[in-house]
Amino acid sequence: MSDLPLLSLVIWVPIIGALFVLACHSEERAPLARILALTVAVVTFLLSILLYTGFDLTTHEMQFVEHVSWIPAFNVFYHLGVDGISMPLIILTTFSTVLVVLAGWEVIKHKPALYMASFLIMMGFMNGVFAALDAVLFYVFWEALLIPMFLVIGIWGGPRRVYATIKFFLYTFFGSVFMLIALIYMYMESGSFSILGMQDMSLGLTAQIWIFLAFLIAFAVKVPMWPVHTWLPDAHVEAPTGGSVILAAIMLKLGAYGFLRFSLPITPDASAELAWLVITLSLIGIVYIGFVALAQSDMKKLVAYSSIAHMGFVTLGLFVPFLIFSNTGSMSGAALGLEGAMVQMVSHGFVSGAMFLCIGVLYDRMHSREISSYGGVAEKMPWFAAFAVLFAMANAGLPGTSGFVGEFMVILSAFKANFWIAFLAGTTLIIGAAYTLWMIKRVFFGAVSNENVEKLEDLNKREFFILTTLAIAVLVLGIWPAPLLEVMHPTVDNLIYQISSSKL
Amino acid sequence: MNFEVPNFTPAIPEMFVLGMACVILLLDLFVTDKGRVLTYILSLATLAIAAVLTITLHTPEPVYTFSGSYVADPMSALLKVFIYLTTACVLIYSRDYLLQRDLLKGEFYVLTLFAVLGMMIMVSAHSFITIYLGLELLSLCLYAMVALNRDSEVSTEAAMKYFILGALASGLLLYGMSILYGMTGSLDIAVVGERVMEADHDNIVLIFGLVFVIIGLAFKLGAVPFHMWIPDVYHGAPTPVTLFIGTAPKLAAFAMVMRMLVEGMQGLHVHWQEMLIILAILSIGIGNIIAIAQGNIKRMLAYSTIAHVGFILLGVMTGTAFGYSAAMFYVISYVIMGLGGFGMIILLSRQGFEADKIDDFKGLNDRSPWFALMMMILMLSMAGVPPALGFYAKLAVLESVVNAGFIWLAVLAVIFSVVGAFYYLRVIKVMYFDKAEDTNPIIAGSDMKIVLSLNSLAVLALGIFPAGLMALCMTAL
Repeated sequence: MSDLPLLSLVIWVPIIGALFVLACHSEERAPLARILALTVAVVTFLLSILLYTGFDLTTHEMQFVEHVSWIPAFNVFYHLGVDGISMPLIILTTFSTVLVVLAGWEVIKHKPALYMASFLIMMGFMNGVFAALDAVLFYVFWEALLIPMFLVIGIWGGPRRVYATIKFFLYTFFGSVFMLIALIYMYMESGSFSILGMQDMSLGLTAQIWIFLAFLIAFAVKVPMWPVHTWLPDAHVEAPTGGSVILAAIMLKLGAYGFLRFSLPITPDASAELAWLVITLSLIGIVYIGFVALAQSDMKKLVAYSSIAHMGFVTLGLFVPFLIFSNTGSMSGAALGLEGAMVQMVSHGFVSGAMFLCIGVLYDRMHSREISSYGGVAEKMPWFAAFAVLFAMANAGLPGTSGFVGEFMVILSAFKANFWIAFLAGTTLIIGAAYTLWMIKRVFFGAVSNENVEKLEDLNKREFFILTTLAIAVLVLGIWPAPLLEVMHPTVDNLIYQISSSKL
Repeated sequence: MNFEVPNFTPAIPEMFVLGMACVILLLDLFVTDKGRVLTYILSLATLAIAAVLTITLHTPEPVYTFSGSYVADPMSALLKVFIYLTTACVLIYSRDYLLQRDLLKGEFYVLTLFAVLGMMIMVSAHSFITIYLGLELLSLCLYAMVALNRDSEVSTEAAMKYFILGALASGLLLYGMSILYGMTGSLDIAVVGERVMEADHDNIVLIFGLVFVIIGLAFKLGAVPFHMWIPDVYHGAPTPVTLFIGTAPKLAAFAMVMRMLVEGMQGLHVHWQEMLIILAILSIGIGNIIAIAQGNIKRMLAYSTIAHVGFILLGVMTGTAFGYSAAMFYVISYVIMGLGGFGMIILLSRQGFEADKIDDFKGLNDRSPWFALMMMILMLSMAGVPPALGFYAKLAVLESVVNAGFIWLAVLAVIFSVVGAFYYLRVIKVMYFDKAEDTNPIIAGSDMKIVLSLNSLAVLALGIFPAGLMALCMTAL
């Protein structure tokens, strides 16, 4: 089994599968398109599981490596490989796509084949981003990803979809072109586009700072960090449920992954130099955006803002190690920050995905995302309410759910760096609980508020299945995160070694 | 004085095209409108045979003939093959359009073939006179073609404008050439190149000549601020002619830039580099910004062409072999994309309906998902979004620019590309997000449908496997 080019398979099986799905675009063949899409998604998910079972836990080296010449004129290779950072994210991607395909099953009536195919293509590209070890290959997948998402928001989105999708595309496109220039610059210096080569090359501080800033624009837009986050609420509100899920669960992770793969190892000195900047932005994101979330009346917007706040934890965890290092001179506790950030990424993938799916469940029935149109839903949909409360607790960071693990690790690590950083980050436990639970209270509890709510029916089997899967994931990761941490350990240790050794 | 018989071998494709153009001109007198398919097939056959001739006769080493005023080298062979290919696509795309409007006359084919001949001469010219001859042959054919629909006011106006501005540009170019001739005493590009190299590169007269040459070239390429004719001509000309003007001549103009600036005036590189930087930045900036305001897709593509020309000039400006290859790769990529883009306009148009508004593309995804997909690929490619071909073209040029030490230029160029992405996205937006207003089915010959699909798929395929074309451009220079 180990001879299979697994990474190529998880990239290309969904893309080629999508072409077959597209071929069934006529109305009458829609059921076939759905089944085909689900088959492709499940097959890819199973393939990605093989990545986990075949993963060697003892090394930080890239695994499942594929290395073929692609554009010899630029010394560009089709170079794939995964380590403890990217492998879990690939599984998260394939897992989420299966759920998204299921979630859109009968809900999407307009051009279902194109809808399913877009998500499959997106899955392929996202896997490509996580697996690419060549900067050009990475960039190609990174940008190509925008196209299906652009279509998904634009075709199946809400009333302001055109505005939202063009804003989404241009924001992220704008961010990444600077990264392209930085990559080209490093190619000129090192003679290759290999990401691993770039991690090993030596760079002066000025060059590092410029490269770091170029990366920061690209990744900060994608994460998104305050103040370049404004595309996200628009995109989330207008996107169909599936689009929101992928956007929150995977696309935001791409930015954080970019920091891990590029900024930290390639420009460690500049990262140390400018860690205060990222930490400040992250804290503003956590605290300020948390308050913004509190003020929302639209459920999707609320969850969108809460995503930004949660992603602030990720970026905080990524850059706190630099502060620990400069304060104490030792790297103990740094691993906690990085691993916390990564656990937070995976957990946020499950939790935010689940939250958006829950909103989707309500929206499919009532066609409203306003909190005020609901009230007393728990009376009519007890099962659904149980799930929603669980995910809300996870979103608020309740111990025992996955949301707790990452946040707790990041806060612990922040304590080593500076009390006040930890304090500010800690406020999220209160604000996060406030906005999430307040929303839950207004939507689910109290008396049945109007006759539309009166008519609500509880989850069907399909929705029940989707939410159960996610609930299991959230709980397992919360109670027993060890398998995930084990996978990450060697890679994180190596990353800490990389960021603590100066390139000057 | 004894007359030496020149080596005709390098010019056999040109002579063949000339001969066939004359044959077709005569033959066409005897065919009825119904039998014009013969002219069509003969023209395509001419291009195909010329391609075979060019490929079989091509040598890795340059061969000079006609006392050094003519050259056949790998660059000319590559560009010529793409000129044939492009022209063949133009002929295939335009047949139905011209037929529906009663414009399908023998002149269209004959003028096209003579224009091809003019481009071949430009590509292979190795003396100022030959360049000028090729350029004028091409231009005269194009002027006439723009006015093909002589009853249309817009077309006639465009043709007049094109003619007057084109003649002015030719005059400026000629004036620059004459100054250079006065300074170097030769018209042969190789000799001019040597003399300029030896001369003091701050020689004011040489720079004076250079300025006029650059203006002439910028006019022909359509670089800002010499771009005024492009939108009007693209808009006014019948779409097949726009398709032709917007594609193949760019290849020839690129060759002209290479011959005159790179081979002829390498010694003045510091000076033309500065000038090209200004032209390039203005073109990329103004082209992309004004394109946003266009509601007519032909005008929009015209401004987008201007922006693309800016990128080509950026590659040339670097003055490195890698930069020239990147520029050549860009120009070839652009021609493939432009061919598809204008081809789509022809596809959607029908009798009495030009489909030249962006709104005419509304809801194309409902009318024809396949061609909406093709158009999306083309637009994304022009915007430079991977994995389409246009991205690699931009990547190559940006690499050469960064390599030459102009990081700020690369940054400016990408910022304007983001601006440019907006109007390409708008086309995708109307195709995919808006409801169709026009519900007529899309009617076109299957030859056009197949070739247009192949054209668009090539943009994607060359994007996934760009290595081959890139290697060709690298070895050709």
